[in-house]
Amino acid sequence: MSVFDGLKFRRVYSPIHNLDPRVKFFYVIVIFVAAILFSEILPLIGLFLLQIPFVLLARVQKQWLRSLRGAAFLASFIFAVNIATKFFTAGYMLTAIDVEFSAAMTLRFVVLVESFSVFFLTTSPDHLGLALEQTRIPYEFAFAFTTAVRFVPVLAEEAQTIMDAQKARGLEMEKGNFLKRIRNYVPVLIPLIVSAIRRSLELAEAMESRAWGASKKRTNLYALKLGRGDLALLAITICILAFSIYVRLYFVVPNLSQFF
Amino acid sequence: MIEVEDAHFSYSNRVEALKGVSLTIKDGEFVSIMGQNGAGKTTLIKHFNGLLKPSQGIVRIDGVDTRKTSIATLARNIGFVFQNPDHQLFSETVEEEIAFALKNFGFETEVIEKRIDWALNLLGLTQYRKTSPFLLSGGERKRVALASVLAWDPKALILDEPTIGQDYQQKEKLRQFIVQMQTQGKTIVIVTHDVEFVAECNSRVLLMKEGIIIADGESREILTDPEVLAQSSIVLPQIAQIFARLSSLGLPKDVIDVYEAKKIILEALEKRRE
Amino acid sequence: MTIIETKRLSYTYPGASKPSISDVSIRVEKGEFVLITGPSGCGKTTLCRCFNGLIPHFYQGELKGEITVANMDVTTHQTYEMAKHVGLVFQNPENQLFALSIEKDVAFGLENLGIDREEMRRRVNWALELTDIFSLRERSPHEVSGGQQQRVAIASVLAMQPEIIVLDEPTSFLDPLSAAKIFDVIYDLKKKLGVTVVLVEHRLDLTAKYADHIVIMDEGKVCFDGDTRTVLSTEETRLLGVGIPKATLLFQLLKKEGVNLSNVTPLSSEELVTLLQGVLKSA
Repeated sequence: MSVFDGLKFRRVYSPIHNLDPRVKFFYVIVIFVAAILFSEILPLIGLFLLQIPFVLLARVQKQWLRSLRGAAFLASFIFAVNIATKFFTAGYMLTAIDVEFSAAMTLRFVVLVESFSVFFLTTSPDHLGLALEQTRIPYEFAFAFTTAVRFVPVLAEEAQTIMDAQKARGLEMEKGNFLKRIRNYVPVLIPLIVSAIRRSLELAEAMESRAWGASKKRTNLYALKLGRGDLALLAITICILAFSIYVRLYFVVPNLSQFF
Repeated sequence: MIEVEDAHFSYSNRVEALKGVSLTIKDGEFVSIMGQNGAGKTTLIKHFNGLLKPSQGIVRIDGVDTRKTSIATLARNIGFVFQNPDHQLFSETVEEEIAFALKNFGFETEVIEKRIDWALNLLGLTQYRKTSPFLLSGGERKRVALASVLAWDPKALILDEPTIGQDYQQKEKLRQFIVQMQTQGKTIVIVTHDVEFVAECNSRVLLMKEGIIIADGESREILTDPEVLAQSSIVLPQIAQIFARLSSLGLPKDVIDVYEAKKIILEALEKRRE
Repeated sequence: MTIIETKRLSYTYPGASKPSISDVSIRVEKGEFVLITGPSGCGKTTLCRCFNGLIPHFYQGELKGEITVANMDVTTHQTYEMAKHVGLVFQNPENQLFALSIEKDVAFGLENLGIDREEMRRRVNWALELTDIFSLRERSPHEVSGGQQQRVAIASVLAMQPEIIVLDEPTSFLDPLSAAKIFDVIYDLKKKLGVTVVLVEHRLDLTAKYADHIVIMDEGKVCFDGDTRTVLSTEETRLLGVGIPKATLLFQLLKKEGVNLSNVTPLSSEELVTLLQGVLKSA
């Protein structure tokens, strides 16, 4: 579950947390594109190091490192597959370039995961929901998102209560073979699902009673305005994009192994 | 039957819910546990069937330390009825719902059949035997949950907030039912806010506040003591409220039953006429 | 001025074999505090849903008879139109709050109505103050207690400034002390704003003293409808299984034994104490 730890929100306020999620998301997309543009390890190392000041400024180092650890398993798998492919297709030989290429592919994966991780670590669900509301996405989707997030802790508690209730009727979740253990989840899942359906019905009633659908032009209590930090990040992001495209088009990126 | 010695318990977020609770509940007793939200009532009763184990101190059920045995084993003797029946109902028919625990406990098929018949009859649910529990009304679902617990005939019944959302008639029926179970020798523990209900039940009362027990005694002494009740943010039952104000006129203070109240007032009026 | 009027109202849920309410004819005057009570399943929840249009628009089903609320025929006005005039507060506090912060929840209805931001801000703050939860406005609904959640629900309905507030067993899940606080808030609102209150409740010991008008239902029909004291002084209400306040019950029991303390039926322990003190001191 440590990968998910990197994606959870933390209530720490830093300059990064206060940045507009839309700008942050644009930054993440640009990192994504830049990572795809390069198969060489040097630029990818650069992109990876670029995350670090953000992580430090946002003071989310611990969570970020945890998500790195979580990604490590998949990363080593990617590395292994790449090495193996190169090994077998090049006639049972490995060159330094091959190793470098595999490392680059692995690093690309890590950069992608980590940039999303930083995004989610530094953006509260409220903020994200608000950003969604202020884009052209239909309000229903933003609403579905925020409501879902709002009910996650409620559902988690309910799942625990249901498990307790069924254990109190003699259900032993750990006993039995693999198949039996899966069947043991039925008495927990069904009440949870039924409860979720009932809850949705009640929510729908409450929504209707508070004039849902009254006006096509829905207003908002809050307004997301772009501040100086946002404009700065926007500028940085555009520079990164421009620079990456420029380098990709006009330069040959050197390999690291050249220097050894 | 239930012994608690200096139990302490903290949840994972380091909130200490029980700060040294000690109590003994004998076989066949009827106890009501009351207190504000967060006082630790539900935490305490979850120790009785092993759902929670104390971090310090011991909880013993029939002499057995709850840390040395499984929840399923404890559940065989301690029937726990949760507040919301919808947290338990999942079967296609009421019959299967009742059979669930019986199967878990390893009862034989013929015994299961008999027990289902008995439980359905006891709770007036025989006509719903093959009905889906989800199609029943709120009150009926509560009865199904209760039936499914009684079916395995536990020695003790623990009810967490059984009166929530019930109208007066339903509460009366529940109260009579509890009394019936008690006369059959079962130990009954209820956790509730409902002072009027506890007043009518006339049980032993345990008051909790912030993780400890602050009072333990007969309902007629505890429910008529405004200071002790105020500490756990509980309001006096109406009859007790009335007699608390009339105590300056020489009337007794420890009255909680309306019929007793009537008698006392009539007597007082007679005396005044003489 | 009559603000709610139903004439022989009957409603059957889709797929149900018999109607949940039949032949209900009641009138509520503007500014009244009406208590609707009765045993479980008597149709009070169904009746509430008719007042703001959830029945028939959300629930479909078969609605017969007439119903006029705030001068509007409910059957021809959508729920979102009715929402401007009738607010509905539900039983379960958790399931009527959707936003990630309390003030956003209170603003929800206003956002739906397309109210501009300044006006919205003013109304949200006003509603938060009235329900005494202004300090909680930036918290998440899940972090606060059930009683506070219900206040948020009330505030979010208030913000839309309806003429009528309907509350369907709002304190079912609350402990008696929080429940008493909620009833105080509601009564306070009625006094301050002159809003009409329709309260569905079982807990008559806590609420009877606030109500001018009581409606008792059983099996979908109205059995008693009138002034609270008059209705609760009859034997029949007790026999219906309605949980009349213990003070009222004691009063009735004494009356049966020939002790008539007053012509005015007490609805709370304070009132009965006053009567008893009078008669026990003087005699």
